[in-house]
Amino acid sequence: MTAIEQEKRSRSLSLSTRLRPIAFIVALLVIWQIAVSRHPDQLLPGPLGVIRALAELLRHGLLPRYVVASLFRVTWGFALAAVLAVPLGLTIGWYRRGEMAFNPLVQIFRPISPLAWIPIAILWFGVGDLAAIFLIFVGCFFPLLLTAMSAVQNIPAVYVNVGRNFGLNTAQFVYRVLYPAVVPQLITGSRITLGIAWLVVVAAEMIAVNSGLGFLIIDARNAGNRYDLVIAGMVIIGIIGLLLDLGMRSLERVKSFRWSYSGD
Amino acid sequence: MNSLAKPAGWEKFFWPLLAAALLLALWHYSVVWTATKVFPSPLSVEKGLAELLRKHVLWSDIGDSLRRVAFGFGTAAIVGIPLGLTLGWYPALNQVLNPVLQILRPISPIAWIPVAIIFFGIGDRAAVFLIFLSAVFPILVACVSGVSNVPAIFRRAGRNFGLSPTQILARVVFPAALPQILIGLRIALGVAWLVVVAAEMIAVDSGLGYLVIDSRNSGKRYDLVVAAMLVIGLIGLTLDLGFRRLEKIRSVRWGFRHES
Amino acid sequence: MVFGRDGRSVPVLEDINLDVSEGEFICLVGPSGCGKSTLLNVTGGFLSPTSGSITIDGQAVHGPDPRRILVFQERGVFPWLTVEGNIGFGLSKLSRAERDQRINHYVRMVRLEGFEQTYPSDLSGGMKQRLQVARALAVNPDILYLDEPFGALDSVTRLIMRGELLRIWQTERRTIIFVTHDIDEAVQLADRVVVLSSRPAKIEAILTIDIPHPRNISSRRYLELRDDLLSKIGLAYTV
Repeated sequence: MTAIEQEKRSRSLSLSTRLRPIAFIVALLVIWQIAVSRHPDQLLPGPLGVIRALAELLRHGLLPRYVVASLFRVTWGFALAAVLAVPLGLTIGWYRRGEMAFNPLVQIFRPISPLAWIPIAILWFGVGDLAAIFLIFVGCFFPLLLTAMSAVQNIPAVYVNVGRNFGLNTAQFVYRVLYPAVVPQLITGSRITLGIAWLVVVAAEMIAVNSGLGFLIIDARNAGNRYDLVIAGMVIIGIIGLLLDLGMRSLERVKSFRWSYSGD
Repeated sequence: MNSLAKPAGWEKFFWPLLAAALLLALWHYSVVWTATKVFPSPLSVEKGLAELLRKHVLWSDIGDSLRRVAFGFGTAAIVGIPLGLTLGWYPALNQVLNPVLQILRPISPIAWIPVAIIFFGIGDRAAVFLIFLSAVFPILVACVSGVSNVPAIFRRAGRNFGLSPTQILARVVFPAALPQILIGLRIALGVAWLVVVAAEMIAVDSGLGYLVIDSRNSGKRYDLVVAAMLVIGLIGLTLDLGFRRLEKIRSVRWGFRHES
Repeated sequence: MVFGRDGRSVPVLEDINLDVSEGEFICLVGPSGCGKSTLLNVTGGFLSPTSGSITIDGQAVHGPDPRRILVFQERGVFPWLTVEGNIGFGLSKLSRAERDQRINHYVRMVRLEGFEQTYPSDLSGGMKQRLQVARALAVNPDILYLDEPFGALDSVTRLIMRGELLRIWQTERRTIIFVTHDIDEAVQLADRVVVLSSRPAKIEAILTIDIPHPRNISSRRYLELRDDLLSKIGLAYTV
């Protein structure tokens, strides 16, 4: 087989393999549509109904508005949590005793679902955007804190010693050794936390605010059993969540961050 | 990291207690200084906790929450582990299924509530379904990556010793992947605990999540709200620690080089 | 220079008294785990001795210092910096022009031309160690400590690296203290070999290698010294 033929073969292989998952999804959609048309008077829509619902949302301009609202809250909640948790976590994690002191406390707060904070959120911020942002903040703060603490503890001692050896002062050390060393782990942790934030925002919107994708779902059901809108909302939530995750993964691949993933 | 000297044994208790004491003091004084009428102080939370215990409400709520977690998590494990192992063993199958899973995964279990209610009605089963949904994804992911991370040399050694593919899966791949599967189970348990509380706030009438929302709605009893939150945190922590204990069992310990 | 110190609650080093002259190449040899690396870390100022002190040129050693650079066995180079970035790591106080000039000089000295923009993840083990040496030399230290720097490399690369190190040492003479468990390496490289016993490590013997460089590893004198070293460590001659 010539080189060209080999390449053509491998490329056609990857084309057919790439089509397989799409074929699978199409098969699922077909089955779903058939199941729905067999039971016409139950509430759940088929894929066609969902597509029509999506078109309706787009036509009324609701879709972009809700998406922006949800993303807005996620961005603010996540950013606030990151700005507070990362420096705090790096500092606490650096000192053995700091970790000993705060780890148990964090471990108690972490399993408390952000939604359990709703009463407090409403008490402090009323019903609205701020409460939702606070909930996302709570949901992101503890995972980011733990990520930062563990990232700084996982810095190989060699790097610290080299930094000391070359006579760096504290500021130089933080900027030129500590920060580059922890960034890869911070990015991975941020990706996971962003996923959490996306889950929390939807839940928070179902309970505490009047806009956004979560609100769309609860409102569509409450104000008329519009399950086609419910499913449409779910589909959008899934797609945007996936895009956020893929976006973060491509950040992980930036060259000078790559070093942590290629083994030694 | 900045190990000036090895910290003494007693320090393991001293520092967290000190941090907790500082936090409690901060909490207490913020309540006093802001003269808030609604937000509870540490003492009123403690009294609220005692009240819940006295009225026997707490134990039944804890029991309800744990029961739902047990069913949801258990089902997720029973479904997820074999499925995950299969997907890991047949990468082609994984490649076909994966995109669907990746789209379903970011959808908050809470967003599934309307659909869950259609299928299961309001009540326990809907909540269990939500927990199942949230727990099954971490388990699948852990199983798939656990299996694919088994070094090829192990599988080759299995073939070398004349094992059939099923035997290889059972006697070589599964034990080799077990540490990672356990980690996935632990993470899934943590997620399940988060979701049960959320599910109980919306879809059912008992349990710790319901206690949180109900304490506020029927009387603005924020002392009970915070008390319930603390109980949620402590139980979640206990579940997590208990699971880590499991990971320490000798025959699995080899897989955990870093005891976190 | 005078070294003299003890170990810690587990006595690791005992009664070490050693004088090293400027420009000397000293090898520390001993069985695995005997404390050679500890000794190196103490002299480098990364650890404090529980008793005794280290003085260099009459001044006591308090902590790590760019005048004495330690080269590690592995993972010493920063993976987020290129070859250039690593070599220039200690040179931030210099002007742009000076820094570039020095970087070029040492890139050429360790024979990594063409790899200036490469990241360590794309370099081989031997190249990474050469990079570490270049980074160390770039700040013009008085002393270079090397902690089994070739231990993670294959034996062919090790031989080549030894030649490279000697070549560099002869071009820019510095005091070198080199830790190894490889007897041949010690006899091939050092002016003096310090033999350490197993833990708690004491100085068993100090052997002077009087063959001039380049050393013929089949010459009679070399084999004599090698035998001498083997017997001082207490190893048999046959396997």
